[in-house]
Amino acid sequence: MSVIVMKKESKGRMTDTIKQQEPSPPATISVGAANDAVEEKVSVAPKQVANAFAINPRAFFEWLLPPVIGLGLMVAVWSLIAYQTQGFPGPIQTWHAAVVLFSDPFYVNGPNDQGIGWNILNSLQRVGLGFGFAALVGIPLGFIIGRFSFFSRMAAPIIGILRPVSPLAWLPIGLLVFKAANPAAIWVIFISAIWPMIINTAVGVTKVPQDYMNVAKVLNLSEWKIVTKILFPSVLPYMMTGVRLSIGVAWLVIVAAEMLTGGVGIGFWVWDEWNNLVVEHIIIAIFVVGIVGLLLEQGLLLLAKRFSYE
Amino acid sequence: MENILQERYVQLENVNMTFNTKKGTFNALKDINLNIREGEFISIIGHSGCGKSTVLNLIAGLLEATSGHLFCNGREIAKPGPERAVVFQNHSLLPWLTCFENVYLAVERVFGGSETQMQLEARTYAALKLVGLSHAAEKRPHEISGGMKQRVGIARALAMEPKVLLLDEPFGALDALTRANLQDELMKIMAKNNCTTVMVTHDVDEAVLLSDRIVMMTNGPSATIGEILDVTLHKPRNRLELAENAEYNHLRGEVLHFLYERHAKKAA
Repeated sequence: MSVIVMKKESKGRMTDTIKQQEPSPPATISVGAANDAVEEKVSVAPKQVANAFAINPRAFFEWLLPPVIGLGLMVAVWSLIAYQTQGFPGPIQTWHAAVVLFSDPFYVNGPNDQGIGWNILNSLQRVGLGFGFAALVGIPLGFIIGRFSFFSRMAAPIIGILRPVSPLAWLPIGLLVFKAANPAAIWVIFISAIWPMIINTAVGVTKVPQDYMNVAKVLNLSEWKIVTKILFPSVLPYMMTGVRLSIGVAWLVIVAAEMLTGGVGIGFWVWDEWNNLVVEHIIIAIFVVGIVGLLLEQGLLLLAKRFSYE
Repeated sequence: MENILQERYVQLENVNMTFNTKKGTFNALKDINLNIREGEFISIIGHSGCGKSTVLNLIAGLLEATSGHLFCNGREIAKPGPERAVVFQNHSLLPWLTCFENVYLAVERVFGGSETQMQLEARTYAALKLVGLSHAAEKRPHEISGGMKQRVGIARALAMEPKVLLLDEPFGALDALTRANLQDELMKIMAKNNCTTVMVTHDVDEAVLLSDRIVMMTNGPSATIGEILDVTLHKPRNRLELAENAEYNHLRGEVLHFLYERHAKKAA
């Protein structure tokens, strides 16, 4: 009961702040900055292209036009649906709500009502922990499976059976074993993020060029040297692909997991706002999840580029 | 006993090699018998697919013969080892290591147990200097030319001070001019080092220029040694002088006759 009361209060607070803060410039800047960051990430392009733009504004315009049309089309369709549907907020309404929301991202109003910043950070923390454990276990496991065919054949049926299982099916097991919601959510991230890393690392190990392994044989290198000087650097690009896929899956799953486990987090927040019928916030959450996912992906892509040798 | 070991430093005895493929078994080599003297330079020449690289891989220990025996210095060859260094056709340098580190990896493995790090580094620099690449020590393989990569490969092999040097079409992927340069350099290096060398090649001039004996192989499947040609040209050899040399041209003719008349490969 108390939760519901608190929510009502918080909603009242929101509507107040909308009136107060609508013309507030700092809020606009913060949202604008987030959008700019996305544009920048989208525009990760070779240096020559950037140089070409400096000389040729026409080329820059032609390069920019398609994504702008795409985004415009999305907003148009959205507006149309919002116009046709009762209670579905349009872009402008959502924008105003976002301005309010992002003007105070780190408020704490009790355990179930915290700012959007806290929600994002909590979700990221869960993803980070679950993904981190998955990497710690999955990458070495991938190496072992890829290196020794005995282990590969041993692991094949286990991976074959467990990998297709929907991530949320693991949640009850997590709740049973850990007897708490938060570790259970992290467990779900762990189990869904581990497969791409195991599989890609193992594939990478089997794809190590035979030439390099022949060098290792002729030099009679120790297993440690083989791993550090040949296998690891050679597998790294495959591993990074696995890491990227894993982060993607983890970020996909966290929203669903948090809807079920509750607490502070972007997934829980979506569900909470659905219960409060604040549809603007649900749409904002969708954008936030999408943008954070895009940033994670692009960040890892940049990291992967640093590790490619040829 | 000493003499016999020198005469038969590397020994191949009734070596047969059969591969299991998806289409069934494939008999690559049949009854290979070959004795290689200590310090001798042997070329194995033949059409592509005749199993000449297989012979080299057998000596290297990268493959295991289906039947027959291989010996090196009186001991049976069971697995690869640094006393039989290989220069691979495609250089096989590790792209994430610099030229120095690539050579150092080999040096460290062979001498790491008995020498200090400074000595190991000195060996590495000496090997790079030998192939004329002191200036490229800190470069990575993708930053240098194909010929330079192959030289690093040779430096890596020689730095191990191998008893047997195995060259698998070492200059096959290079342009003619670079190839000639590297052949000349290899001749100089071999004159100093004088280690037993087996080179696989499909280049007739290269074989005659560099070898003491040329092992000519028949076409596969079931390829075997067709003929062995003694190259009696005195060393050091000079490619310009040899161009006019009657014996050189005669030997060259012999190899060409073997390859293109008696064992001509049918057009695929």
